[in-house]
Amino acid sequence: MELDLRGSKAYADRAFRWSAAAAAGLVLVVLGLIAITITGRSTPVFRQMGVQFFTTTRWSPADALFGALPFVWGTAFTALIALAIAVPISLGMALFMTQVAPPRVKRPMVYLMDLLAGVPSVVFGLWGVLVLSQLFGLGRSFMTAGIILAIMIIPIITSLSREVIETTPPGDKEGALALGCTRWEMIRAAVIPHSAGGLVGAIMLGLGRAMGETIAAALVIGSALGQITIHPFAPGNSMPAVIANEWGEADALHKSALIALAVTLFIITIVVNLFATTIVQRSMKKAQGL
Amino acid sequence: MQLAQQEQAAVAPPDLSAKQSWRSVKSLIMTGLMVASVAAVALPLVAVVSAVLRRGLAVVAHDFPGFFVNEIPNIARRPGGGMGPAVLGTLMVTGAATLIAVPLGVLGAVYLHEYGVKNHFSRLVRFMSTVMSGVPSIVMGLFIYIVWTLHFGYSAFGGSLALACLMLPVVIGSTEQMLKLVPHHLREASYALGSSKSRTILTVVLPAALPGIVSGSLLAVARAAGETAPLLFAVGAANEYNPHLFEEANTALSVQIFGNATSSFVAAQDRAWGAALTLVLVTFLVTLAARVFTARIARKR
Repeated sequence: MELDLRGSKAYADRAFRWSAAAAAGLVLVVLGLIAITITGRSTPVFRQMGVQFFTTTRWSPADALFGALPFVWGTAFTALIALAIAVPISLGMALFMTQVAPPRVKRPMVYLMDLLAGVPSVVFGLWGVLVLSQLFGLGRSFMTAGIILAIMIIPIITSLSREVIETTPPGDKEGALALGCTRWEMIRAAVIPHSAGGLVGAIMLGLGRAMGETIAAALVIGSALGQITIHPFAPGNSMPAVIANEWGEADALHKSALIALAVTLFIITIVVNLFATTIVQRSMKKAQGL
Repeated sequence: MQLAQQEQAAVAPPDLSAKQSWRSVKSLIMTGLMVASVAAVALPLVAVVSAVLRRGLAVVAHDFPGFFVNEIPNIARRPGGGMGPAVLGTLMVTGAATLIAVPLGVLGAVYLHEYGVKNHFSRLVRFMSTVMSGVPSIVMGLFIYIVWTLHFGYSAFGGSLALACLMLPVVIGSTEQMLKLVPHHLREASYALGSSKSRTILTVVLPAALPGIVSGSLLAVARAAGETAPLLFAVGAANEYNPHLFEEANTALSVQIFGNATSSFVAAQDRAWGAALTLVLVTFLVTLAARVFTARIARKR
């Protein structure tokens, strides 16, 4: 007699498999829906402004004029300030945790990072607007926003850099030390070349986060219209900050313009994230010798 | 005796320290910079936490525990009042988001790890889920505004949908990591007893990975509880208690902080600090719960 392994249970089994696949596919569905719906809702403003949406600098909802260039600039500028502050600190932190600190010291560092990552962005924003902006004459400006964003992206850059750095083969490091290298020379000769690719990816992921961060930037950036300046202490505006600050009193066309900003932001962050994820994954695979 | 001293001098290694000095000083400077970067991270954290504690405690202690339950004054400059509706709103929005995102995320991760480890579909999903975790939360908020709020109006549930979208990739990622840790022989033992694959997953694999899944999900919850941007579009702005998940505008702690932070009235700023302390306490409690669960797995192994 043959054992029947395909009774009614087989249907339940298959149903479970398909529902699991559907749940996994939900990621693709949601991403696709985001792209379709927000692009669709932004068409009125593109019909009105055309390419000038990206090339003109006058943003005046009352006159139905929407030139987003200053906000694109503001987003890029604050993100660059944030990176300039966060990258050296994160790399220093990651190197300290992996190359210098004994395990006893490393644990509290991990907690420190978790704590920093756990503070909600709106709380950083509150601190930024009521405390930080009152100090050193910072005011509400690109610089204040850059500092707050830097604090917020340090945990992600640090933790990814740590993961990448930890894949350095111990043999490389020991070899460098055996040849008489000091610790710093060992880091330059063995650790950095090995993890350079992954570090670039980690920094790019930080860049993506900095550009998309809304609430903290909206609170401290100063909401100035039409500013394209390289003066870091001038008040400015960024794409997500404009969306958050103007949504409440926007009419239909204005809303469509704000959604168009979101589309721009979505495309930029998706491209940055695609690049970064690819780079990190590739370097991790290389490190594991696959 | 003299001879012995001479011998010792001859055997002693050549002194290289003078030549090395610049190199070792450089290494020392670099190590010093690394330590300095630790300070650069700790300083703002201490500043933020101490500001929230100091100014938040002053507000909360002034009316304890009334601050957590009283209604929010409709006139910003009026002192007093509390954050009761916002506490309830945060719990409702985050709770419903958890109920949506965690089952779906766990199920998705089960597919990625138990069914389609290496096929193209799961590779694509894994990659896109990493990409999705980088989508700015404000974009997620506008997406929910278009597909939900435009049709059904403001409600706490709209906010839950937005937060669920943000949590989904995080839950998928952390759950898959935990499923990887379940030893293979557990699955094989279950198959050998004649269990089907779905039964094995439900009764053997998931229970084994449960503490890790719970702690990963709790971290995602803590993250979501602090989100503000998506709620601006989907939840609306109310100052009264609204216990209905699907009806009428609601509020949340993060939204109240955002609204009150830029107010020029001291009373409103005080409420913002009080709400910030409450929010930090909520996220801290959730994170602590996650830590306890993680510690429990660590002890088991």
